[in-house]
Amino acid sequence: MRAGELLGLLGPSGSGKTTLLRIIAGLDAPDRGRILFGGDDATGLPVQERAVGFVFQHYALFKHMSVADNIAYGLNARRRAERPAQAEIKRRVGDLLDLIRLSGFGDRYPSQLSGGQRQRVALARALAVEPRVLLLDEPFGALDAQVRKDLRRWLREIHNRTGQTTIFVTHDQDEALELSDRVAVLDHGRLEQIGTPDEVQENPVSATVLKFLGDSVEVEAIAEGGRVLVRGRETPVTAPAGVIGPVKLYVRPWQLQLVELDAAHLSGTVRSSYRSQGRQRIEVEEPGGLILAVEDSDGIRYAAGHPVGLRINGGHVFG
Amino acid sequence: MAATLAAAPAEAPAPRPARRFRRPSVLPGFGLSFGYTLACLGIVVLLPLAGLVVKASGLGFSGILRVATDPRVASALKLSFGVSLLSALVASVFGFLIAWVLTRYEFPGRKIVDAAVDLPFALPTAVAGIALASLYAPDGLIGAPLDRLGIQVAYTPLGVFVAMTFVGLPFAVRTVQPLIAEIDREIEEASATLGASRRATLLKVVLPPLIPAVLTGFALAFARGVGEYGSVIFIAGNLPYVSEIAPLLIVIKLSEFDYGGAAAIATIMLGISFLTLLAINLIQAWSRRRFGYV
Repeated sequence: MRAGELLGLLGPSGSGKTTLLRIIAGLDAPDRGRILFGGDDATGLPVQERAVGFVFQHYALFKHMSVADNIAYGLNARRRAERPAQAEIKRRVGDLLDLIRLSGFGDRYPSQLSGGQRQRVALARALAVEPRVLLLDEPFGALDAQVRKDLRRWLREIHNRTGQTTIFVTHDQDEALELSDRVAVLDHGRLEQIGTPDEVQENPVSATVLKFLGDSVEVEAIAEGGRVLVRGRETPVTAPAGVIGPVKLYVRPWQLQLVELDAAHLSGTVRSSYRSQGRQRIEVEEPGGLILAVEDSDGIRYAAGHPVGLRINGGHVFG
Repeated sequence: MAATLAAAPAEAPAPRPARRFRRPSVLPGFGLSFGYTLACLGIVVLLPLAGLVVKASGLGFSGILRVATDPRVASALKLSFGVSLLSALVASVFGFLIAWVLTRYEFPGRKIVDAAVDLPFALPTAVAGIALASLYAPDGLIGAPLDRLGIQVAYTPLGVFVAMTFVGLPFAVRTVQPLIAEIDREIEEASATLGASRRATLLKVVLPPLIPAVLTGFALAFARGVGEYGSVIFIAGNLPYVSEIAPLLIVIKLSEFDYGGAAAIATIMLGISFLTLLAINLIQAWSRRRFGYV
């Protein structure tokens, strides 16, 4: 974890993302291993002294306090010697309300706010204590799609402005890829890969990472001296050194192209097709029973039952 | 997106829907059930109370005043209401602790303790009274050691206090228990991550939302204490001016065929109880508004 970066923890449910976040916060204890904050060992520190900001999926706002009191809570909870003067607290709360674009909402109670507004208040409350690291546990999980998108972009803006070191947990790959400086993909409590969104998408280290980052199609293939053959026809994919024999080739839908049958790696019949967001998505049924989804943008409509050929323009083979 | 968010402060609270006597509902039978409810309430609750007031008004205002200012009645009323308030207070504090322990901790026998809390509800009050009296009597199991310390419980106002706390406790426990069970652990964790000590978390985050429930428990325990008869009279000893409670005085008046006097004391008790419960309800309504939920 680098200072000032926005790190996305991505993984299927049950992969240990939230547990990791809670261990960093000190809400759960690790079985093994240590938590380091900039070289200081924080493993034994109680939650209160870790100086983390935690934002919960379900906001966890204090219902009996006004928005302003919620935000000021962390400052007021400090020991008297470290506590800023009331005027200073008020000023900071005002600044944070501006930051979350809820100026003038300070006297409201959480029950009078919408979900998105509540989550912004929760974020301001966590930022108020100037944490060393901000931890967001599926911060947008309880919100509807439109609010999610808005808040995502807004969080990115806030991060650009404040440079706050942030870790956030999500199971939504779009969210992680859009927001993060780097993405860490977890599975079964193990870190599979960490890298920039481009790195993990272009060079996934394992099938798990690849499958989790988006739709993919598995094709039976043969590896031979670094080349990968499908039905005896060569593909542009290269196999890792030492991989020989039958392998699984993972192909993204957009790496498949509809072509004439004689130039195709695969062939089948159209099962259904629909258009969404300017792209045509075609499901092709292979004789082997395999269903491939192909994306195509040339606007030709394919009737169900129409025979088509597919060309593989890219993909990944793992050792 | 910027536009959406910038527009946010313009959001006004939704206008309150116009109050309607009857809301549209998928369930039929509003007229029948409403009428039935009112009839029951009228016959079971309001009619006897009205009869009581009518009976007392036979004495006239000056007559009621004369009964109220009678030193024996006045001291009985003072004892009943004073000790009820005190015992409701103690029952609320200890009831809260019991409810907390029962919901927050898993320990062997928890279910049994939980069930035992209801016993004062279920026990015939006379049985409770006799049990308490024999326990706290100067030669009783608890009374004897206390007696040696110079503390006498039975046949004093302290005895009245013990009996009233006993019967009021289940109310205090059962009203706060469900709310403690519902406390969101994340709220406590949020407070801790913000640097608040455990004590601050408890005092500022956990307790305030429970106040309305504690008040309800207090009101119920108080009401039960004021009206309690059976479990108190055995341990109280019923010395006039010292440990004689108002309900007992009503029974005495009745046995002397002084129906007017009995009704007058009852009416005074009704009035004071009503005012006290009204006050508690107003505090509750205020705290509900203050804490922003229903």
